[in-house]
Amino acid sequence: MAYEITLITTMAISILFALSLNFITGFCGQISLGHAAFMGVGAYTSAVMIKAGFPFLLTIPFAGTFAGLLGVLVGFASLRVRHDFLAITTMGVVFLFVGLVRQQEFLGGEVGISGIRGSPFGRIGFMCICLGLAAVFAMFSLAIKRSWMGYVFASIADNEDISRVLGIDVSKYKLIAFVVGTSTAGIAGALYTQHFRFVGPDSFGFVESITVLAMVIVGGIGSVWGVAVAAAFLSVMPLLFQFVNDFKILVYGGLLFCMMRWAPDGLAGIVSRWIKRLRSTS
Amino acid sequence: MLYLELLFQGIVQGSIYALIALGLTLVYGLLRILHVAHAALFTLGGYLGVIVTNATGSFLLATAVAMIVVGFVGIAVYKLAYEPLLSKPPFISLIASIALFIASEEIFRIIFGPYGLSYTNPPMQGYFELFGGFFLKYGEALVIALSVVMLVILGWFAANTRLGVSWRATVTDPDMARAFGINTQNVRYINFFIGSALAAAAGVLVAMLNNLVEPSMGSVASYKALAIIVLGGLGSIRGTLIAAMAIGIIESFGTIYIGHLLDRDALAFAFLIVVLMIRPQGLLGAK
Repeated sequence: MAYEITLITTMAISILFALSLNFITGFCGQISLGHAAFMGVGAYTSAVMIKAGFPFLLTIPFAGTFAGLLGVLVGFASLRVRHDFLAITTMGVVFLFVGLVRQQEFLGGEVGISGIRGSPFGRIGFMCICLGLAAVFAMFSLAIKRSWMGYVFASIADNEDISRVLGIDVSKYKLIAFVVGTSTAGIAGALYTQHFRFVGPDSFGFVESITVLAMVIVGGIGSVWGVAVAAAFLSVMPLLFQFVNDFKILVYGGLLFCMMRWAPDGLAGIVSRWIKRLRSTS
Repeated sequence: MLYLELLFQGIVQGSIYALIALGLTLVYGLLRILHVAHAALFTLGGYLGVIVTNATGSFLLATAVAMIVVGFVGIAVYKLAYEPLLSKPPFISLIASIALFIASEEIFRIIFGPYGLSYTNPPMQGYFELFGGFFLKYGEALVIALSVVMLVILGWFAANTRLGVSWRATVTDPDMARAFGINTQNVRYINFFIGSALAAAAGVLVAMLNNLVEPSMGSVASYKALAIIVLGGLGSIRGTLIAAMAIGIIESFGTIYIGHLLDRDALAFAFLIVVLMIRPQGLLGAK
């Protein structure tokens, strides 16, 4: 049972993390290759606070706030650079984050922070908190997507210049997307800290940023359900592919490539095509 | 003296960055793809270089074989991975490229083993002694010389041959080039061939400098080369060369003087972010 609980908790944290990126990349069309940095800020904030004796729940808002503050900075950068330039700038953010953390004594340097005390709610209680937060954010995402703001985001994602001509305050909405997305990533980071009871610089690097972007794209960019399913599946995939042991990264890379090559619109795209086909035959 | 040595290290590193990043710039200039898997071709070049040198004893032959074989592999990557994705949004080909890179690192590990290969008789081990106890390894001199030679050849090719002219025309305006009867398909193949061959040359040179090739040797190249082409202004060849040298030199000085604050990668990216905030189009990019 303990194994399943760990598995479900991992899934829930990944879903929250992937949905937070989906808010920025999926809804607002701003690509980010450095999203793990924000999770890292949240995770380190939470870890340092718990070590200092604060209760876990209190660290969550702080984790979100600090990650959000960095998010505002990157959001301002996104007003200045676009598309591929933005992709590489965000990639730079994650390398800067890892580089800075590695050299800071109070953040544990290379070794990271370990021995973080466990959750006071027990494993099942903590699992419920993670699932709850993921569900709340999924609902929130769905609500935003169907609201007026969702349409504004879609229009910015589609064509920024035309949106601006239409009188949309593009800068404002981009910043909103970055703040919501990054602070949620920070909260996911706080959950990560509590779940693994360890944070280190290598847990929030470029590879993790790519992994979470892969979750969003495999799920079908912008689709809340698709991204949630893909995040749940991909986060435990290394465990599912235990039987290919030595080849699991190869399988992961191969699957991801095939997905992009033959079904670039992701799970959401596959499902919607199925539904269309069913409707047209009946 | 220390300054000169650091500057020199920076130029050697910068030349290698330039060889790697040039192929990426060529691909980006033509197809607007961030070609991460380019770094896998760089690693493949390194492996071929070591294997052929060990088998035949000729370093020169190994370099030529690596460049030609990897050039064709580059064309295959384009046919297999990118051509069908050209009409899709750019991040699709980016993720496909990253996936290809992840998978290829594993393939290298499975085929060649996890510990890497070395030369049985490492080439270019001697050094010149210059003024005042300043040493220059043969290998490092070769890196700089080869980079300059290849860039000059490339420049001459682009300016003076029919193929080079049609290539530049295609980069500037693909539709117009096609209207003038240029076979843009061939131009793309040549583009991938040249870019990949340059990456292979860089791989052989890095393998020579370190006397080691390992499955993960491309991981630094994969992201740093992206930073360099963005810094240079995406698609600008001159910008890429300047950016490669700048990053090489900044890393070599920075690791000595502010290495306790930021590590090598972070330094390069800090510089990148600062430049992009001032010039969002990169050093020599067109706005």
